[in-house]
Amino acid sequence: MQQEIKDFILMMADNSMILGHRLGEWCGHGPVLEQDIALTNIALDIIGEARNYYAYLAELEGKKEDDYPMLRNERLFKNVLLVEQSNGNWGDTMMRQFMFDCWHYFHLEQMTNSRDERLGAIAKKSIKEANYHLSFSSKWVIRLGDGTEESHQKMQNALDSLLPYFDEFFIPSDFESYCYNEGINPDLNIVKTKAKTKFNEVIDLATLSLPQNIFTKKGGKSGIHSEHLGFILTEMQYLQRAYPGVTW
Amino acid sequence: MSTHSLEDRFQHLIDHEEKIEARDWMPDAYRKTLIRQISQHAHSEVVGMLPESNWITRAPSLKRKLALLAKVQDEGGHGLYLYSATETLGISRDELIEQLLTGKAKYSSIFNYPTLSWADIGAIGWLVDGAAIMNQVALCRTSYGPYARAMVRICKEESFHQRQGYDILLTMSKGSDEQKEMVQDAVNRWWWPSLMMFGPNDEASPNSAQSMKWKIKRLSNDELRQRFVDATVPQAEILGIQLPDPLLQYNEARGHYDFGPIDWEEFFEVVAGNGPCNKERLAARVKAHEIGAWVREAATAYAEKQKNKIISTVSVA
Ligand SMILES: [Fe+2]
Ligand SMILES: [Fe+2]
Repeated sequence: MQQEIKDFILMMADNSMILGHRLGEWCGHGPVLEQDIALTNIALDIIGEARNYYAYLAELEGKKEDDYPMLRNERLFKNVLLVEQSNGNWGDTMMRQFMFDCWHYFHLEQMTNSRDERLGAIAKKSIKEANYHLSFSSKWVIRLGDGTEESHQKMQNALDSLLPYFDEFFIPSDFESYCYNEGINPDLNIVKTKAKTKFNEVIDLATLSLPQNIFTKKGGKSGIHSEHLGFILTEMQYLQRAYPGVTW
Repeated sequence: MSTHSLEDRFQHLIDHEEKIEARDWMPDAYRKTLIRQISQHAHSEVVGMLPESNWITRAPSLKRKLALLAKVQDEGGHGLYLYSATETLGISRDELIEQLLTGKAKYSSIFNYPTLSWADIGAIGWLVDGAAIMNQVALCRTSYGPYARAMVRICKEESFHQRQGYDILLTMSKGSDEQKEMVQDAVNRWWWPSLMMFGPNDEASPNSAQSMKWKIKRLSNDELRQRFVDATVPQAEILGIQLPDPLLQYNEARGHYDFGPIDWEEFFEVVAGNGPCNKERLAARVKAHEIGAWVREAATAYAEKQKNKIISTVSVA
């Protein structure tokens, strides 16, 4: 298989893996028990999805699924910068989730038609969950945006600080362009149009205003990450690095 | 009917293994005992999420990370069922949480011990969930209907947790010397606190007799503890580890394992708040509650607004 396709699969996997890791940090500390449980559910879904991609790659390359999340260095991770950003407060986490879900759902929707059958199958399985995630995070963005004065301000701050990370999803890397030409990766323009329509609709209902003159922050897809990723991997890879080659 | 005959009828129902339901008459002391016990149980589930969630970000494989997330999530779910069961007795969840956060309510002392290595996650599943199951299987037959039904749901998940925990230890015990050491060390630290989970010895447990008469409790602390030890020793042998008790030995005459005396001083110190992590555990719950305040307020305000919108559209039409 072409390296570009493998890179694309890694990007899909790493996006879900790193965000799932972040969500796991909330587990046991959520603002309401029901929401703690709901967020852990999303973590379970997306780490499960990441596992499906890693397992696919592992079969292709004769490796183990854990080799990818547990033994690669920062520069080899292909996730977008958004998913590695800190959890912040519950509103920041919901806004980050909502941006991810807007991309994720519509990306999977297009990917169900991938010429790579295995990726198409993963998309078909994950899209049901992604649909639920999108509905969950949309409702929270609206509820908090249109809640109290304090929650409105917190959500506006979250939007202002996270919006620069949103567009990286839709700017194709070289490996994505290659995969698009091969019919493996969806047309990111279509994904973008659909995702932004949903996004704007929800931001509107949340009575939030879109900041102007955004400078898009990117680099994750080519392995140039924020300082956060190193710490995430330090925790995530600790046991596998400290005790190489054993089974857990 | 006089209180006396109400009480007779109540005890009669219990003696005939009928369940007491929320709408039924019950003595005040029965209600109070249940509120204390079920809410304490609910708090334990929720505080119990903390020592384990401590390892979610460091779980060593995808499989283990997913299993641990699911387990901690289950414990949160147990907390929810049990808060609901307590609410049927006429107290709100807000009040119960207030009692936890102000230190008025207790939770199981076991969760005041730290999780220091990955093997601790295995040891908790095997020993702590294992001890919880002993207790909870007996509680499936408790006299208060909503509590008994919550227990039936919970028990199914707990036995899954125990198997998962044991599997972690079994895998590590077949691994490197370092892994084996981790397993032994974790079991050394969790064994005695797990035995303490069943509470003081029967002769030192003054409330037990009344609870047994009301069939809130079905087996005494010492009976449950003995069952746990008997079930666990053979499992320890398969792991190839030493349980940290030189007096542990099978007693042919009794048909049970004898075991050494429990350090009740340690137990009461931990209950009193002087365990290794009491402050941290409570602080984590208080922090979650405080940083969540604006979220809960906003959710309420939003729901209010939606209700008013519906009312105004209805009145226009
Ligand atoms: Fe539980
Ligand atoms: Fe459990």
